[in-house]
Amino acid sequence: MTAVDSIDNGVNVQALLEAREALKGAPEAAQFTWRSTTRWENGVHTTSTVKDYSGLGADHEHKAESTFVADHPEVFAATDNGITPIEYLLVGLGSCLTAGIASVAQNRGIQLRSVEATLEGAHDIRGILGADSDVRNGYNGIKVSFNIDADASKEDIEALVAQSQKRSAVFDALTNPTDVTVEVV
Amino acid sequence: MAASHFLSERSVDHVVLERGEVANSWRRERWDSLRLLTPNWQSRLPGHHYGGPDPDGYMTMPEVVGFIDRFAALTGAPVRTGTTVTSVRRTDDGYRVTTDQGELACRTVVIASGACNRPAVPALSEAVPDEVVQLTPFDYRNPGRLPDGGVLVVGASATGVQLAAEIQRSGRPVTLSAGEHVRMPRVYRGRDVLWWMDAAGVWDQRYDEVPDLTRARSLASPQLVGTRERATLDLNALTELGVELVGRASMVRDGELLFSGGLRNVIRLADLKLDRLLTAFDEWALESEVEADLKAPERFEPTRVPASTRLRLDLRGGAIRTIVWATGFRPDYSWLDVPVVDTKGRLDHDGGVVAGPGLYALGLPVLRRRKSTFIHGIEDDARDVIAHLDGYLRS
Ligand SMILES: Cc1cc2nc3c(=O)[nH]c(=O)nc-3n(C[C@H](O)[C@H](O)[C@H](O)COP(=O)(O)OP(=O)(O)OC[C@H]3O[C@@H](n4cnc5c(N)ncnc54)[C@H](O)[C@@H]3O)c2cc1C
Repeated sequence: MTAVDSIDNGVNVQALLEAREALKGAPEAAQFTWRSTTRWENGVHTTSTVKDYSGLGADHEHKAESTFVADHPEVFAATDNGITPIEYLLVGLGSCLTAGIASVAQNRGIQLRSVEATLEGAHDIRGILGADSDVRNGYNGIKVSFNIDADASKEDIEALVAQSQKRSAVFDALTNPTDVTVEVV
Repeated sequence: MAASHFLSERSVDHVVLERGEVANSWRRERWDSLRLLTPNWQSRLPGHHYGGPDPDGYMTMPEVVGFIDRFAALTGAPVRTGTTVTSVRRTDDGYRVTTDQGELACRTVVIASGACNRPAVPALSEAVPDEVVQLTPFDYRNPGRLPDGGVLVVGASATGVQLAAEIQRSGRPVTLSAGEHVRMPRVYRGRDVLWWMDAAGVWDQRYDEVPDLTRARSLASPQLVGTRERATLDLNALTELGVELVGRASMVRDGELLFSGGLRNVIRLADLKLDRLLTAFDEWALESEVEADLKAPERFEPTRVPASTRLRLDLRGGAIRTIVWATGFRPDYSWLDVPVVDTKGRLDHDGGVVAGPGLYALGLPVLRRRKSTFIHGIEDDARDVIAHLDGYLRS
């Protein structure tokens, strides 16, 4: 245990393990709803905000509201006020996997010094342009490369990365279909 | 019958109830080509072991039935065959057991009805279009009974890899949907991998020493097959046969089956886990006396993942005529009228001592040891559980 106690990746694994135990017998409390709102600015430029969410049987607010600007680049004949929506998927995946690595490393007693993920999504835009009906709209594939400096063997680091994928919400959301309902109110 | 052996040894009056015949699951619930994946020398029951000429071979189903029949004769177990238990209820001083042949009253009950009574088929099977034939390992006998044309095998544990291989060899192109799985070579450093599991003490690991018991109890069976050639049947072997690998089946939408894009990761997890297991074997061997007799340590080629895997499969186009759900098995406790089964259908027990006084269980995954669901695992478990039962009767 000493090894585990003396390492610190800044993740409160104890709290997570306790939550896991507590929620085993209370599936209702484990139901979370995450929310965001998107407002159209002009052209393909939008502003999204994220503030409140619910879970553990209550409503909650983040400490501060976050704002995300999305647009499309000039090569798309747009104003490029912000990143494209599909790039936000890379942001979500990279941050989710990296957070997972820190948590798993803490739990396994591995001290991290640096973690850097580089993500690349291969996208054939003929799909969204309607230029070829055989081409899908979304990514054809996403490649994530991790550069990790840690007190661990290569195999242990690979196992960290594999485990973080196994437990990642965004990895699951991207690799498995999700039922999406869009309605007009 | 292993429980019966130890009950007799302790002179505890008992009967064994069996709805079919002795070795019923091996007679009725297995496919034609199946051989045990455990080697003959490992087939041991209390006071009974394989004595034939081929200790490293793997028994066919008729051979297993013969083996268990001989055990039944040897123990003289008081088996009442053709007796189906339809209800077990708690009474003031024990249990009332209702069967299709009448009622019995007893102080204690040992639930040894098996861990694999029903195929576990995921709910998404209900959305599969009617034109596709759906089978479970209980319906499957041999590839000749399948329609000609493509076959999707879902599940890459022992059952899934074995069926995928034989169906592919029959000329029906197989797509294999793989979730998390356990990769193993048949032979490592010249010995059966299950020799290592046994010798290195992995199989004897106790349920109260396993770090994550819930996970250990739901672990899939290893990708192993018993053949004369002692061939390895991992995903690389299947790829060489021409089987197409896809990710975990996740949903049917508009007549298409959608697969997870996470195949690469489940494969990496299995490769890493195999390497850790082999490292543990090597470390054990260094400390043991057998090191000198073993071949040099080796590591196996990483599992080859197709550059791009199929994410969707049209079930209406005729390319897939059959789906085989090799997605595991579960026990059936529909006859147990005692509140000891959780919402997921699992029996609530601590090392075979069920949460109802005088109620016991045997033959469930990691019941008391990692080997609990294997034929050779029953002896130690039955000895411990029956000792507890005897203590309970005397108290
Ligand atoms: C496909 C497959 C392959 C396997 N391969 C191997 C292998 O290679 N090596 C190995 O060691 N193990 C293997 N196993 C595990 C194997 O199931 C066990 O080793 C062994 O059969 C367990 O014996 P058991 O008596 O606990 O359960 P079972 O063999 O399932 O016996 C339970 C008995 O209870 C009877 N029963 C159930 N419900 C009732 C009721 N309500 N009333 C009356 N009787 C009832 C059944 O008819 C059955 O005869 C395999 C399992 C499967 C499914």
